[in-house]
Amino acid sequence: MSTAAGTVGTALAVETDTGQPQQALDHRERRFDPTYLLMLFPAVALFTVFITIPALIGMLFSLTNYSGFGSWKFVGLSNFTSLAGDQTILGSYWFTIYFSVITTILVNVIALALAIGLNSKIKLKTALRGVFFVPMVLSGIVVAYVFKYLLGTSIPALATSLGWTGGETSLLGSPHWAWLGVVLVTAWQAVPGMLIIYLAGLLSIPGEVYEAASLDGAGAWKAFRSITLPLMAGYVVINSVLGFKNFLNAYDIIVGLTGGGPGTSTTSIAMSIFTGFQTGDYAYQMANAVVFFIVTIAISLGQLFFMRGREVNL
Amino acid sequence: MATLNPTAPRRRPSRRATDTERANWKTTTILLLCSLTILLPLYLAITMPFKNNQQASSGSGFSLPSPIDLGNFKIAWDTVGFPKALFFSVVIAIIAVAGSLIVSSMAAYAIVRNWDHKLYRFSYFYLLAAMFIPFPVVALPQVQLTAFLHLDNPIGVGLLHILFGMSFNVLLYTAFLRSVPFELEESARLDGCSTWMAFRRIILPLLGPMNATVGIFAFLASWNDFMMPSIITANPAQQTLPVVQALFANALTTNYNIAFASYLMAMAPTLIVYVFAQRWVMSGVTQGAIK
Repeated sequence: MSTAAGTVGTALAVETDTGQPQQALDHRERRFDPTYLLMLFPAVALFTVFITIPALIGMLFSLTNYSGFGSWKFVGLSNFTSLAGDQTILGSYWFTIYFSVITTILVNVIALALAIGLNSKIKLKTALRGVFFVPMVLSGIVVAYVFKYLLGTSIPALATSLGWTGGETSLLGSPHWAWLGVVLVTAWQAVPGMLIIYLAGLLSIPGEVYEAASLDGAGAWKAFRSITLPLMAGYVVINSVLGFKNFLNAYDIIVGLTGGGPGTSTTSIAMSIFTGFQTGDYAYQMANAVVFFIVTIAISLGQLFFMRGREVNL
Repeated sequence: MATLNPTAPRRRPSRRATDTERANWKTTTILLLCSLTILLPLYLAITMPFKNNQQASSGSGFSLPSPIDLGNFKIAWDTVGFPKALFFSVVIAIIAVAGSLIVSSMAAYAIVRNWDHKLYRFSYFYLLAAMFIPFPVVALPQVQLTAFLHLDNPIGVGLLHILFGMSFNVLLYTAFLRSVPFELEESARLDGCSTWMAFRRIILPLLGPMNATVGIFAFLASWNDFMMPSIITANPAQQTLPVVQALFANALTTNYNIAFASYLMAMAPTLIVYVFAQRWVMSGVTQGAIK
């Protein structure tokens, strides 16, 4: 920093000597400076080689009968028509989408409530904030393994000793309720990320607004409904769109917690796509990936469209 | 936390001091109860590795370990090959962090300084589009591509982490660099300073806080990831810490003490860094959220 300041200082001192012509020359040099191209090149090249080209090749293969190795031929859209009648695939879409909707809502509600709580004048503020952010630094799969024990062994044992009927069996063993375990653990880990954004958002609301509301006789709930919520709407949009997109890709936590089971009741779209190599269904799962890509974009755009214009600025 | 309080002063009505005082205690109590949802699983994860086999396989797991058994860590260490897995995790994290910092900041600088050029503006939106291409969509062709390029190893995983974080990082850097006026470099350039020198000597030092944010995100994303290494890395002997934990989940069913010893060792590095550098991590992450 000091070096940079020094350079600037020296340059300022000699500026008067250099005069206009050189500045014009410098300006032209800047516009056609190949250094900029070199600086941009690694990002664009890596992106093209590792994302754009694989994506295009994958789309091409979704129109073939390629099994992951050996010969192949074009089969038109037959992979896509088979997808539409595949109960396992449709089940994975159904699970992934309702899991994402419920988790997005749950995490947003918890994170906003925690942000308001942590932003008020509480005792132990630093310690509490520290605790609530811990899940963010932990590995999803390891968290899932710990919760697998907690939900699968620990809580049933506790329920048995307390005589709580209905709690003796593992939540994760039930085809009807295993999704709830996935939602809870995913929420546990996703809350801190959204909490940060909400805390940052709350700091942008000046205290005077609440002061005025309080003088006008507004209670805590009224202040939340009429001030906090409208002013935070922009942050709710960011959190919902980004959160939903991440939940659609759910993989790590499900693998660790349920492995997609019981049966295929908690198999996400990502998990079914990844089976493409093991089962020799490369082309078929690539068609699945293309559909998934379209669904991801459609949902993100839909969310942005639906939520646009709902935020309020001071 | 001091770092979360920016310039905006926050004042509360003082005439109802007693009211707010009581309400604050209520909020504090509720938050303390909520924090149990975080602390109880952590308590399980931390106490279980110290139990012996008999204690670990009975009860709900909430009892304190007695006697304390330290042998589990040694068994877990040998079973998963901890040092090797740690090494590959570190390799991936170093590539991901260094690559994210260098590639994204250079690209963002070039884009911001040439915003009036179509090529750079197009590149910006091109790079941002990656936000809508999740890894599962391109995973299958990527497995083939990385195998073809002999990158189906931790180096390839590190590279892919640079890419999948890039759109977010370029967004952060460009947002920050837009607020840095060209006049800051102009005088140095009149003095004969090249673009590269201006970037290294003037821009890079200014990027300090952004580098911290990008670095922390890149580290956490690559260090904790399971999906990419498990799909891309071909040789199971080159797997990272999160991936090798599957050994316990699939094999041993009642030796929770050994499994948890391994889990705790896998969680320890980030947990310890977080406890000691909490303030720093939080300010870095918050910076990113505000941008």
